[in-house]
Amino acid sequence: MFPVLPRRHDVLLVILLVCTVMTTSSTLARESIKLAITTSTYHSGLMDILLAEFAKTDDLAVQLLAVGTGRALTMARNGDVDVVMTHAPTAEARFVKQGYGIDPRNVMYNDFVIVGPASDPAVIDGLDDVSEALSRIHNTQQRFISRGDDSGTHKKEVSLWQEIGKTPVYSDYLESGRGMGHTLQMAGELASYTMTDRGSWLAMADNSPLRLLVEGDKKLRNPYKIILVNPEKHPHVRIANARRFRDWLVSDIGQAAINDFQINGQILFYSASTPIP
Amino acid sequence: MTEFMAIFASAVQQLLSGDPLIWHIVGVSFSVSLSAILIASLPALLISFSLAYYHFPGRWVIISLVNSLLGIPTVVVGLLLYLLLSHSGPLGELQLLFTRPAMVIGQVLLCFPLLVAMSLVAFQAADQRVLETARTLGATRLQAFLTLLYEVRFALIAAVIAGFGRIIAEVGCAMMVGGNILHHTRNITTAIALETGKGEFVQGIALGVVLLMVALMLNVSLGWIQSRTRVLQQL
Repeated sequence: MFPVLPRRHDVLLVILLVCTVMTTSSTLARESIKLAITTSTYHSGLMDILLAEFAKTDDLAVQLLAVGTGRALTMARNGDVDVVMTHAPTAEARFVKQGYGIDPRNVMYNDFVIVGPASDPAVIDGLDDVSEALSRIHNTQQRFISRGDDSGTHKKEVSLWQEIGKTPVYSDYLESGRGMGHTLQMAGELASYTMTDRGSWLAMADNSPLRLLVEGDKKLRNPYKIILVNPEKHPHVRIANARRFRDWLVSDIGQAAINDFQINGQILFYSASTPIP
Repeated sequence: MTEFMAIFASAVQQLLSGDPLIWHIVGVSFSVSLSAILIASLPALLISFSLAYYHFPGRWVIISLVNSLLGIPTVVVGLLLYLLLSHSGPLGELQLLFTRPAMVIGQVLLCFPLLVAMSLVAFQAADQRVLETARTLGATRLQAFLTLLYEVRFALIAAVIAGFGRIIAEVGCAMMVGGNILHHTRNITTAIALETGKGEFVQGIALGVVLLMVALMLNVSLGWIQSRTRVLQQL
């Protein structure tokens, strides 16, 4: 006789049912947009706070993709997201000039800092000239971990090396190829110098053996812009919804929420209109 | 070592406290991977059966191809699928990128070679006379096929479990085509990648514990089905 196993059919049915329920319940669609942001804004927790604030007055679902600036702009260029928020002035300008992005707006800024081991073998602690600090690291061939991922932070670091006319090619100049959080952890484990945005640093400073060594140079300013994807290039983008979120973000309420975001009593990001301290 | 234990303890605590965010992430992993394995299993079964019982030209090419695909990095599958599904890609009109269906497609592609390869071994190891015997006893073609399936059921279940294990634990493809969007496409593995990136090891371990428990449950249930069937056969 052919073996019939009703019990196992039941099990299969239940699994199917569970699957269907799980997939349908969570795809009940609200209006939504996709926003590509940089890891620095996401890992610090800023976006969670901003979206919670936004959700109080608006039911638009903002879906975040946290990637490096290079990839965020590529996603936007391909029309895979509706709006981007990045921090790489040169790349952003090119992105807009080529017609992929429209209406760039300043959202906020913070700054980059150089962190490193407490022993500070390159003796850069307290310098307010980042060029001098990088020169000393380069001259003494100290271990330095670069993002190496074409992110806004990486682009900035590369431009700083170029400015002092040095090519960072030596055995202890390492590229992590990963986000800021990973890179800071790696730098901590390997007692290395690295450059980070202040937000990521403050979010991880408590658990890091590294110390903040160089800050305050004007060259270390780090401005963030929000740019809409051009609907003429990609007619499917949800431009009205993207604009709605953008307008909220640069409104007084959105800007105040940025200034209110603190970690351990320290402000991580300053709204675009805040005067430079 | 004490720090490690502390992280582990608070991970278990966090799980038991029923944090809705964690359980939503777990839900995404399961709905995606279960859908993928359900979609992939039947075609994989039929293909491996054909490969085992029908000797057609090009058969060995297909088998070699399947075996080579076993080693393909998940992130490569993710990247290819990304380029296909990107709005600027050939399937961009479907608007599937960064959605759960995209993750399901990726995982179907990932588990398919494994399912085919393992089922093929199962069919090849089966007694070749099962089909003939069933046919001579008056079974229809379908009945004979089902009898064969019954004969090799444990090996097939093992194939499905191995396939499920591969896709529920993979991170590269889910990250590429899902995008790790909170409440939407964030699953266990992409969440672990994110949390470790942020230095939130506790959250990462908590989710890792869930994955381990899944693996444990799968293996225990397989062992249980096997042992129960043996007992029944002895009765």
